Amino acid sequence: MSLFSDIFSEGRLWGRLDDVTGDAGYDEHPPRMGFFTDTSVCIGCKACEVACKEWNEVPDDGYLLTGMSYDNTGALGASTWRHVAFVEKPFETVADRPPQGPPVTDLGMPGVGPPAREDTAAESGDGAMRWLMSSDVCKHCTHAGCLDVCPTGALFRTEFGTVVVQPDVCNGCGYCVAACPYGVIDLREGDGRAFKCTLCYDRLKEGQTPACAQACPTESIQFGEVSELRLRAANRLQELEDQGVDVARLYGADPDDGVGGDGAFFLLLDEPEVYGLPPDPVVPTRSLASVWKHVGYAAATVAGIGVASFLGRRRP
Amino acid sequence: MSGAASGRGEAAMVPQVDFESYYGRQIIKTPTWKTPDVPLYLFLGGLAGASAVLAEGASLRDLPRLETVARGAAASGAGLGTVFLVHDLGRPERFLNMLRVFKPTSPLSVGSFILAPFSPLAIIAFGSKLTGWFPRLGRLAGVGAAAFGPALATYTAALLGNTVVPAWHEAHRELPFVFGGSGAQAAGGVAMLLVPIDQAGPARRLALMGAAVEIVAAESILRQRGLAAEPYETGRPGRLMRVARSATTLASVATVLGGRRSRVLSALAGATYVAASVTTRFGIFEAGLASARDPKYTVVPQRERLRQRQDASAKMTT
Repeated sequence: MSLFSDIFSEGRLWGRLDDVTGDAGYDEHPPRMGFFTDTSVCIGCKACEVACKEWNEVPDDGYLLTGMSYDNTGALGASTWRHVAFVEKPFETVADRPPQGPPVTDLGMPGVGPPAREDTAAESGDGAMRWLMSSDVCKHCTHAGCLDVCPTGALFRTEFGTVVVQPDVCNGCGYCVAACPYGVIDLREGDGRAFKCTLCYDRLKEGQTPACAQACPTESIQFGEVSELRLRAANRLQELEDQGVDVARLYGADPDDGVGGDGAFFLLLDEPEVYGLPPDPVVPTRSLASVWKHVGYAAATVAGIGVASFLGRRRP
Repeated sequence: MSGAASGRGEAAMVPQVDFESYYGRQIIKTPTWKTPDVPLYLFLGGLAGASAVLAEGASLRDLPRLETVARGAAASGAGLGTVFLVHDLGRPERFLNMLRVFKPTSPLSVGSFILAPFSPLAIIAFGSKLTGWFPRLGRLAGVGAAAFGPALATYTAALLGNTVVPAWHEAHRELPFVFGGSGAQAAGGVAMLLVPIDQAGPARRLALMGAAVEIVAAESILRQRGLAAEPYETGRPGRLMRVARSATTLASVATVLGGRRSRVLSALAGATYVAASVTTRFGIFEAGLASARDPKYTVVPQRERLRQRQDASAKMTT
């Protein structure tokens, strides 16, 4: 059973894996590339969404208003490879505000209900909002559920350590959709195949920056070598903590997490689920050995009761 | 932004939980697998796999009527199942891409390499039995189909278990037994419906044992898995699971009491077994979809996991 233990071992399917590209079979390869999205400087302009659509010729996904916030994109999907989450979180009282949290600023944006009097609104805290904005994207996981379960080989690991779908191979079975712990990849309606962020594979091959990072006006989206981005993220977290921002945390940067660390990770200012991210994502294939083991026992049971059905008297 | 749970007008099995979400939106995607294609495929795979085993036993024990019916169920289950599987694809014309690579990490890839040999073997075995042509080849094909049968009946549980869908993933230990038992019950049921009672003895025993395995496994999902079991108990999937369990129990009682004596009762019990097996697959399938749509099932267990890890590491440092 050495093949079994080799395939289903830690490092191959879960846990820390330092050279994911080498593990995928590339002998010589460029460093792993990825994104660090620092949401503390995101202004919610959605330039990343537009640049992504334009460059990758991603079709529109309907012109619908969600009615929940300034976010009318809603979620990542087959035709949305960057999604700017827009969280309006009211502070109910002044005391409710974290003393050293990010400052509450009146941006003069229109709101619901009668306008608060300008001179008192900021002091009383009435209607004071924390605005959290975050540009979400495919995480390009070290252990990618979508890639593990793809039966056609349409999903593959590139030489940059990213995860990409080959549209000419995908047959639209939809297994990847059910295997992504982040709800990123989806089948495109009317097309039938699965699509998601490619981390601009075509631009990377030309030594260029992905469209979203290129378009980001505040450098909230940073592109680079994953090893360097992790250092940059740690430094930025330290910097914010030194400034007294105690709500900042990194998300997806830990190579020991349930997906072996993300190729695209984040600095968030609240719990992940507030942004629509799973708090503790785990690649489903982490349980694969257990899954196959139980299938084996159950198959043996079926064979066993099959045999047992014919035991006893010949003609009952 | 704290999401209120449920709202389906049913008594919650688990106390209401407070959790945060992004405007109550789901986190993982709802599986794109279609209804009824995929639940029917789950049923037909189970029926075909267990029927191939039943057919081989019937052949060994010289029960020709049972053998013909079971071979027919194996062949048509595999054939029809393949049609549903292909129809479910976003690009059906590319179904052969399933055999492009072999990946043990993908239950769908493994399943394709089980279904691909099983279907022609089962069809050859049935064809040979019907026509009397190439009896030795037919027999060999039947042995081959029986060898792949138990795997065909159970691998579909790996298909569902190896996803991030909470209700399916949390039940990955029990689902193979639910599916295997349910498949055996369906195979026995079809034979009870179509075979005279004097040759249907093995079919009755297979159905009874399959039903027992299925009920025990399904019950243990409900007993052990807390919040992840809730989708199996509430709403439409909950009703389907309860109907299936009642029908299975009823069919088993009828089989024990009168399956050997009454042809009519045997046929009714057999049909009920089949219907219950179909209903079980729809219940499990829809429970998974329901658990994907509600962020509660994704956020709450993950939060709990994080909390436990933090508690453990806090203990280690103090």
